[in-house]
Amino acid sequence: MPRLTRCASLTAARFSFPNRIITEMNTDIIETLRAQIHGQKKVYVQGGGSKTALACADGDVGQISTARLSGMLEYEPDEFTFTALAGTPVSEVEHILAEQNQYLPFDPVLVDSGATLGGTLAAGLSGAGRYRYGGVRDFILGVEFLDGMGELVRSGGKVVKNAAGFDLPKFMVGSLGCFGALVKLSFKVLPRPESTATLSTHYISLVNGLETLVRLTRQPLELYALELDREAHLLVRVGGGAETIPARLERLKLLLGGVEVETLEGEAEAELWRGQREFNWLPEGYGLVKVPLTPKRVAALDSELGKNGAKAVYGAGANQAWIGWPGETADLDALLSQQGLSGLRILGYPEKALLGVRAGESFEQRIKQALDPANRYVCAG
Amino acid sequence: METDKFMNALGQIYPPDRLLTRPAQLAPFESDALTTVRARPKAVVIPLTQEEVVLTVRLCHEYNVPFVARGSGTSLSGASTPVDDGIVIALNRLNRILRVDADERIAVVEPGVINLDVSKAAAPYGLYYAPDPSSQPICTIGGNLAFNSGGAHCLKYGMTSNHVLGLKAVLPDGEVVELGGESLESTGPDLVGMYVGSEGLFGVVLEVTLRLLPKPEAYKTVLAAYHSLEAAGDTVAKIVGAGLLPGAIEIMDNLAIQAAEAAVQAGYPGDAAALLIVELDGEAASVERDFILLKEIIEASGPYEIRIAKDDADRMRIWKGRKSAFSAVGRLSPDYIVQDGVVPRGRLAHTLAEIQRLSAQYNIRVANVFHAGDGNLHPLILFDGRQSGSLQQAEKLAGDILELCVKYGGSITGEHGIGVEKREYLPIMFSEQDLDTQRAIYAQIDPLRISNRGKVFLS
Repeated sequence: MPRLTRCASLTAARFSFPNRIITEMNTDIIETLRAQIHGQKKVYVQGGGSKTALACADGDVGQISTARLSGMLEYEPDEFTFTALAGTPVSEVEHILAEQNQYLPFDPVLVDSGATLGGTLAAGLSGAGRYRYGGVRDFILGVEFLDGMGELVRSGGKVVKNAAGFDLPKFMVGSLGCFGALVKLSFKVLPRPESTATLSTHYISLVNGLETLVRLTRQPLELYALELDREAHLLVRVGGGAETIPARLERLKLLLGGVEVETLEGEAEAELWRGQREFNWLPEGYGLVKVPLTPKRVAALDSELGKNGAKAVYGAGANQAWIGWPGETADLDALLSQQGLSGLRILGYPEKALLGVRAGESFEQRIKQALDPANRYVCAG
Repeated sequence: METDKFMNALGQIYPPDRLLTRPAQLAPFESDALTTVRARPKAVVIPLTQEEVVLTVRLCHEYNVPFVARGSGTSLSGASTPVDDGIVIALNRLNRILRVDADERIAVVEPGVINLDVSKAAAPYGLYYAPDPSSQPICTIGGNLAFNSGGAHCLKYGMTSNHVLGLKAVLPDGEVVELGGESLESTGPDLVGMYVGSEGLFGVVLEVTLRLLPKPEAYKTVLAAYHSLEAAGDTVAKIVGAGLLPGAIEIMDNLAIQAAEAAVQAGYPGDAAALLIVELDGEAASVERDFILLKEIIEASGPYEIRIAKDDADRMRIWKGRKSAFSAVGRLSPDYIVQDGVVPRGRLAHTLAEIQRLSAQYNIRVANVFHAGDGNLHPLILFDGRQSGSLQQAEKLAGDILELCVKYGGSITGEHGIGVEKREYLPIMFSEQDLDTQRAIYAQIDPLRISNRGKVFLS
């Protein structure tokens, strides 16, 4: 029986999961989870605990763990689809997909820290690779979850194309566990590129780097990643057939504007991107916050970040900033509000998770009322 | 009389030329592309501004009058079928492209903008709007958004939902909400994703922020003719199995080929049992490399003819044939139903054989056109509505095909939506509990059920 614990005891919890593929979900687990939901006034859904700022700090809230909801249920490589339990570690999924030369193109983050599939969806996090084919929202096909009444609800499907019913699978992206406990998830996957390579370069200012970045986004180039950091380092990743890479790199170098460029390939290149998705650049003691934005919003934000000693990586063609924040959360909250931006805290002490401006809250509340009228589920953070 | 009061109030918003009430004016709005279902609305209003739409919805809410938002009326699932005694909000003239920002790669448009016009507006910047339903020269973005429209290029580029970043909408009770924004990313639940594909049940969209992509620099379009549908279907599996990711993989059967050929003279081999169209797009170097592999696979798959588009005009001719297939089938039969089920790719050949068996069993001709890369079938079920009982028989055959799709783990709709057409089949895909949840959401957003009443759920 999964143990029901109180939230405050597990803010930095890490779980280890058995590396296995199961073919059938144990329905007892669902019954147990349902009983836990019914037995609580407030519940919080705990995954792998990799996103420390999204842990639950309220000692009065019961926690249900997805630790026993682990394993791949169906994987159809020819269909580019799989279905797995929500608590399955992403590392396990990646390992299984890699054996068939496939991958999760949205490039999940914090994989080495124990991120689960459900946690990745509920936090709505995609890594640098989302630039090529899209984010987690573009790859989720179907969900099953326990709603606020403890009922198991299914939405979406298992095939790559489906327009039947309201799109709750997408709604669950970024939902932070506020609307239900994810049980089962179906995803689309794609063939892994045969080869990848990265150009790394440095500009004299962020503005110069940003100009190049925007120039690249306008080109008919199928880039796998495009990231700029506060120090004006630009990373450009290409992928595809191995024999196509050299010519494409040469073409890219011309577009980078004649600056000194380092080419990374092989293990060094893979290691660089592993480090990016684990946020190895984040100094000890800094919080990590995701901020959606667009290239035009970068300069104003960056200027304020500089005054506060923050670090930042502008990923996905400057469509998401990963901010390393050394100060008080409230200060960043105020800064983002001033700039009309929103933020999601990922790493740090568990307190307010969503920062800055919010859009569509009344629409969201209507759906909350339908899925969890007794307001049982407590949002992460 | 409440009705008189309501009509008078509408008259305060709209001048007579944009408030249609005479039978002859209403007739064109009685049905959409699903012509077998019809209803006579009380009135049709033609707003020119977002504010007029908001005022109209608020008025409908106040008087409890159902409304149907309508674009070009191209829905094949009866999405914009009006409601008796309700009104139609015709959005074709709410059609401004408000902004194209090339550096941000976005276009902000109103719902009545034609799909293809977005790409035309983006073209000077080397950008385009990827979703390309066959009706893209006439269908509107509002309709695409409401029904999460697809098209031939979904395998690589996704559906409408994957290209909508933000939207402004008026909910059925008159509240105006703004969801999402201009970024590819967001925080909090994906409300845009939830709204897209809600089939008009969540009110009327007023403004949409679309994602634009750089136009691919190279295309290779290959057409292969086969003596059997199975051979074409098997080739799809081999292409995908080789790790290739074409922009589109389409198949047409002989009946569809004949119809398309008669309509637009695309130059298709008329005697082929099946035609496979595969299009690679992207960076020139990658397309060239993938084309070598693709050609090997297709040559080894036993086609009796292979044709490669020589230039852009040739490519457009190939696509014109495919995209005109639905309307072209009208030449073969006075009436037809288009189905939209999805099966796992691996079940394609088997499903097609089953459809042929059902066609023989019912003695009803079925033409097949489908997005093979996605497993999205479009069987066109031909009948003559003048013959008593023929529509019912055609609908029964359509239902059997949908049940087949669900049995194989697929879906009853890939891109046309449930509309009025597939309401009774939703329960074969979802449990009563699943549907109760969907209905509970609907009830929270539209307690009076005035927004596109009668779609998705059986009343």
